[in-house]
Amino acid sequence: MFDSLSEGLQSAFKSLSGKGKLTEGNMRDGLKIVEQSLLESDVSYSVVKEFMAHVSEKALGKRVLLSLRPHEELVRIVHEELIETLGPVDPSLHLKADRPTVLMLCGLQGSGKTTTCGKLTQMLREQQIEPLLVAADLQRPAAIEQLKIIGEQLGVPVHTETDHQDPVKVCQNGVDRARRDGNRVVILDTAGRLAIDEELMAQLKRIDKKVGPDQVYLVVDGMTGQDAVNSAGAFNDALELDGVVMTKLDGDARGGALLSVKQVTGVPIKFIGTGERFDALEPFRPEGMAGRILQMGDMVAAAREAHRIVDESERESLEEKMASGQFSLDDFKNLMQKVAQPGLMGRMMGMMPGMSQFKEALDSEEAGGQMKQIIGAINSMTPAERKNPKLIDAARRTRIAAGAGVQSSSITQLIKQFDTMKPIMQMMSGKGGGDRMAMLRQLQSGAMPGMGGGGAKIKQSTGKRLSPAEREKQRKEREKLKRKMKRKRR
Amino acid sequence: MAFWRSKTAPSQPESGETPPAEDQAGQGGMFTKFSSGLQKTRRVLGTDIRDLFKSEGRLVDEEFLDELFARLIRTDMGTGPANKIRDEVAKQYRGRVVQLEEVVATITTEIREQLRQDHGGLAKADSGPTVILVVGVNGSGKTTSIGKLANHLRSGGHSLVLGAGDTFRAAAVEQLTIWAGRIGCEIVTGKSGADPASVAFQCVDKAMETGADYAIIDTAGRLQTQSNLMQELQKIRKVIDKRLPGAPHEVLLVLDATAGQNAISQAKGFSAAAACTGIVLAKLDGSAKGGVVLPIHEQFQLPVKFVGLGEGLDDMAAFDPDSFAEALFQN
Ligand SMILES: Nc1nc2c(ncn2[C@@H]2O[C@H](COP(=O)(O)OP(=O)(O)OP(=O)(O)O)[C@@H](O)[C@H]2O)c(=O)[nH]1
Ligand SMILES: Nc1nc2c(ncn2[C@@H]2O[C@H](COP(=O)(O)OP(=O)(O)OP(=O)(O)O)[C@@H](O)[C@H]2O)c(=O)[nH]1
Ligand SMILES: [Mg+2]
Ligand SMILES: [Mg+2]
Repeated sequence: MFDSLSEGLQSAFKSLSGKGKLTEGNMRDGLKIVEQSLLESDVSYSVVKEFMAHVSEKALGKRVLLSLRPHEELVRIVHEELIETLGPVDPSLHLKADRPTVLMLCGLQGSGKTTTCGKLTQMLREQQIEPLLVAADLQRPAAIEQLKIIGEQLGVPVHTETDHQDPVKVCQNGVDRARRDGNRVVILDTAGRLAIDEELMAQLKRIDKKVGPDQVYLVVDGMTGQDAVNSAGAFNDALELDGVVMTKLDGDARGGALLSVKQVTGVPIKFIGTGERFDALEPFRPEGMAGRILQMGDMVAAAREAHRIVDESERESLEEKMASGQFSLDDFKNLMQKVAQPGLMGRMMGMMPGMSQFKEALDSEEAGGQMKQIIGAINSMTPAERKNPKLIDAARRTRIAAGAGVQSSSITQLIKQFDTMKPIMQMMSGKGGGDRMAMLRQLQSGAMPGMGGGGAKIKQSTGKRLSPAEREKQRKEREKLKRKMKRKRR
Repeated sequence: MAFWRSKTAPSQPESGETPPAEDQAGQGGMFTKFSSGLQKTRRVLGTDIRDLFKSEGRLVDEEFLDELFARLIRTDMGTGPANKIRDEVAKQYRGRVVQLEEVVATITTEIREQLRQDHGGLAKADSGPTVILVVGVNGSGKTTSIGKLANHLRSGGHSLVLGAGDTFRAAAVEQLTIWAGRIGCEIVTGKSGADPASVAFQCVDKAMETGADYAIIDTAGRLQTQSNLMQELQKIRKVIDKRLPGAPHEVLLVLDATAGQNAISQAKGFSAAAACTGIVLAKLDGSAKGGVVLPIHEQFQLPVKFVGLGEGLDDMAAFDPDSFAEALFQN
């Protein structure tokens, strides 16, 4: 009866195993893993330290959901904290109603300022706003030409002064011109500069002071490494930034520098650049970025689903029942119904490492059919029978089978398998992490004791088909595992 | 190598089979350039690895090792190498009170070891022009590095032709044209949107025709994950080889020194598609250390050949493992 459902049950056990709270001790490994992951994603060292200290303080004492190992729970908390830190979002350019709004883009060399000018222009054009672009990079060869071409491509005016040597003047003249021409927005494309270049940073400050841009955005390359804290800090000190744009996130860079930038500047992240073309500018979404930086998506998703599947109070009572051996067929039924909710289970399965092969089995119609049969069979039992299946003799069996519309041998099978599971569940809820994990691994690898064989099969399972020899081998392994578990139980 | 391998004798020309391309680079000034670029950095940032070690020495314990680890990570070398070095120091010194010089020497030696390379200079074709293809992600510094490299070769008395193979980005051709004008060398350009492979072909063609010593070909910035653009690089290579069998003789990957761990993926992707022969580490005049070249060197045996130290004509130097290793831990 359980053939394909057995796999779903395995995960049900998974969601019921494990307990306790996050402690300094059981977080240590998790913290280490997360810390290394953040460093690998290029979050600056000092920012990682600060962030992790904050997270562990926050996490300390939090209950670990039954289904999770402490470090999985921790990763979930980290993920949420990342989202919180990277947010809140503010994609507005805060345009003024009564006068031209001046946007200034600044940043290191080659970060994507000029291209982002084009992208912002495209965005504004879509709102029927025609900005004036100002070519204030008088430094890089052909920088003016580059902006000119971009203006042409997008059909917006570009203010250029080839004879001027002073970008402050160029910006001032550009803003004056926008006032005259009635452009609602002015975008200043400044030259790339090193944060440690005192002269050029001073020049930027002069522009800021003389022109007084309404919004100053730092454009940061998504591939930036540890230096992000230094450069972003310097730009922020010089200018009081209003926002950040991170570019080149169309590749495989994890973009951890964004966390550094956010931490040191505290200003909203406005947009991300995801390509060279003008339409490749997206409003920033902290969720996506948090996942990208942490790159523990599988774990986070599984942990989140686990939180949804088993709610807190239910979990506690189940946990208690399991530990005390009170776990009944009723509980079993409830749990099964829970994990077999359409779609949800399938999604969760797909996300668990090594469990994706079960997804199909659980989403299949047969699985649903078998579920119904099992639930039907349990429903046909009296409360006393559900509590103590030992009561079920041949006569009761016939009655239950008739009520559920299955063969009475199926009932035998169901009870036998429930008996096998019960001690396992008890053990999982009772014992410490190590044993439990070893067992879960075995469960995941498919060697589920008492599973498979006979039952009221409607159709062949969609799962893997085994040759008779393989079946025999698997049976032997299961027996061995069962004996081992029984020994442990004593 | 005449490339100021050692600090003490920067202008000492070395005997023997030094390739002609490198002769001019050995003129002392380059090292000065290198250190003055780094000087900028040093002025601004605070401390030094040496602060870890009081003059009387300091007990090597977890705290000490963590501080050391922080310093290592800040170079962008990544957690792999940083852990490795941390463990090495722990193994050698844990529980002891150490002197600064002792530990710094260990680390610097370790790094120099990793960076030791068989040759530091550019390859040279046996006959005909030496063709150099320059590749890298968007905005890393390709075009500027070509300008500086061309200037370096030009002032060494070589004739050269530049190829404006970036036909995609706005004003990329104009940018390289300005560099060619500054240096006073030939440039081959195509129309915006033209096939970059055909520009590359014409550039090599021109170099052969005019008997130039070098042909340096620019390419549009691209991310290593863009497989169509990576294939385009393969095509460019093939076309170059067709015109001049054996070329390109160098494929230089330009990395931005501010880049973090993604540079590893860049080295991998570009090496696979374009068979890179060396790295130009641009923007090393900033406060970033460029330590990611350590794992790259280890994993892909890609030597760093040049470093970019500014936006001017002369702001490039040949790579020197010793000063690079030392600079990693200076601020
Ligand atoms: N793949 C990708 N490339 C981008 C993105 N944004 C900009 N670029 C590219 O990055 C390179 C540098 O962009 P620019 O806009 O010239 O950078 P900049 O900051 O103005 O450079 P400087 O003015 O020299 O400091 C160009 O090749 C752009 O096409 C992005 O989001 N994704
Ligand atoms: N400070 C400093 N800036 C550099 C260095 N090399 C390049 N740059 C600057 O970095 C920016 C980008 O350089 P480019 O040479 O245009 O980069 P690229 O790789 O050709 O860019 P794309 O063709 O757009 O992919 C320009 O502003 C250069 O002036 C360097 O060594 N130091
Ligand atoms: Mg620009
Ligand atoms: Mg270029």
